[in-house]
Amino acid sequence: MTVLCLVEHAAGEVADTSRRALTLARQLADSAGGAARTAAASEAGPAPDGAARAVTAVAFGSGPDGTALAGQLSGHGVADAYLVESPDLVGYAPQAWARALAGLAGELGATAVVAAGTDRGNEVLAHLGAIIGLPMAANCAAAAADGAGRWRLTRHRWAGSLLEDAVLEAPVALLTVAPDVVAAESSLGPSAVSVRSYEPALEPADLVIRATESAGRSGGVSLATARVVVGGGRGVGGPEGFGALEELAGLLGGVVGVSRVVTSEGWRPHKQQVGQTGTRISPELYLACGISGAIQHMAGCLSAKHIVAVNTDADAPILAHADYAVIGDLNQVIPALISAIRARNGSP
Amino acid sequence: MEVLACVKRVPMVGGKIVITPNGCAIDTRMSGFTVSPHEECAVEEAVRLAERHGGTVTVLTLGPPEAADQLRDALALGASRAVLLETDGREWGPMATAEAIVAAIGRAGQPYDLLLFGNESADTGGYQVPVRVAHALGLPCATGIKGIEVAADGGRVTARREHLGAEETFDLPLPAVISVKEGINLPRYPSLPGRLRAKRASLERFTPDWHAEGLAIAGLRVPATERHRAEILGAGTDAVPALVALLAELGVLS
Repeated sequence: MTVLCLVEHAAGEVADTSRRALTLARQLADSAGGAARTAAASEAGPAPDGAARAVTAVAFGSGPDGTALAGQLSGHGVADAYLVESPDLVGYAPQAWARALAGLAGELGATAVVAAGTDRGNEVLAHLGAIIGLPMAANCAAAAADGAGRWRLTRHRWAGSLLEDAVLEAPVALLTVAPDVVAAESSLGPSAVSVRSYEPALEPADLVIRATESAGRSGGVSLATARVVVGGGRGVGGPEGFGALEELAGLLGGVVGVSRVVTSEGWRPHKQQVGQTGTRISPELYLACGISGAIQHMAGCLSAKHIVAVNTDADAPILAHADYAVIGDLNQVIPALISAIRARNGSP
Repeated sequence: MEVLACVKRVPMVGGKIVITPNGCAIDTRMSGFTVSPHEECAVEEAVRLAERHGGTVTVLTLGPPEAADQLRDALALGASRAVLLETDGREWGPMATAEAIVAAIGRAGQPYDLLLFGNESADTGGYQVPVRVAHALGLPCATGIKGIEVAADGGRVTARREHLGAEETFDLPLPAVISVKEGINLPRYPSLPGRLRAKRASLERFTPDWHAEGLAIAGLRVPATERHRAEILGAGTDAVPALVALLAELGVLS
């Protein structure tokens, strides 16, 4: 079987989310090719990598040239790669990308199309599902073939706080891969990836939806990539209480993140929100102050290496997720912590 | 401008998700329901656009009879019409949902300039109903939008969103379908007159037919978390020395 995988890239670098999607795509191909591989293995000893190399990568745009792309995809179990190019296709155009994937999937007889569960991946596969009239399963954590045209999936609900086991019946499985679940695997050994160019047949309506990108925003540590996040929730008590958290974040080389109630009260801007409808963080340390630990919030910080909670309530749900906790009022604990760190650093 | 805002009724899950004994739904006996967060912002955005450019807001949902509560919440914020596509409480897949919405739009007879959705529902997170509706109606669609500006002549809309720390914009002719994300605005609280008006308002009700689709749920599971209950470092400021020692151990102190 052929599994197509949409590969996103920025500045010539394949996105980490797409590397993870390639891993799930390969697992999917393996699950379908298992029988054939076993048959071959009984004759020829060690399993050949035929089934493992049934993933075809698809990338758009002029970013990476073919050689650079091939180099980056080598080791991910990719056999072939297509670089979609069209004079009409400049920049991101979700419906046009989906039209191109539909064309390629048809020409290659693909039985599955996989993309990362990013904004773009989910959007393009939704368009693809609408174009070819098939179901689309967003944010899968696992997927395996279960006979012809039948697939067993595990999907994320509530941004991963709940898992849905599902059965997909479709001639072509359309899947996106949940972020931060499937580890990118690039240890399959180098493989020769042949890169071809593909010019899609687009319809005028496809090019109506086109993104114009502004120059990258500069400055500051971003919440998504910060090494330390100092979180503030309802327990902070009001907008004025965030000064101490900002000061602490500064001392720890981190940034402040907040819970949903803080932004819906208008205490802090939404861009600081951590959670299902805000930013997902994965810091070394998440120091969650006055945050009860609602599902919607925890979905955004479960990738944190260490969670330390400061909360007055020893029964708060966050204590079931945190590694360490201080039971107390953050408005006393945090200023005392700031003083102690300053004293340790030898600064007043 | 005529704006349609589509919303979804979802459980308020709080700090813990409990599954029903049949393993296929969330136990909501101890929790309430709410409008999915992105869609709350879709309603607010629709009301702001109608306030700025004239016209009315229609709010639509597909759900059980009790989803009338979520429609009334939207009416209280400033929507003037409400359409309930009433179900028997079964979960609807995204394809059937999109078809029912498209049929309801056709029945309304009144053309909408803008169809607003949430980017993805908080519960099932399918990421596709707005896109499927757009394709069925032959309209352009932008998703994940965090800023909307309608051109002076009312013929086009500029939709902004973030991509990898940069901003990307879509310039679409109207009518169009746009799905928004929380953060596009800060939804207002309903006024008392708004709430009274919503209470009295009549809802348009239709009963679309459910049908199965290729993606079928087999069961729900709460993932096993690797973490155990937190180790208590201490109480109040007495815990500060232990906290400093921990931060030093984690290597986050300079």
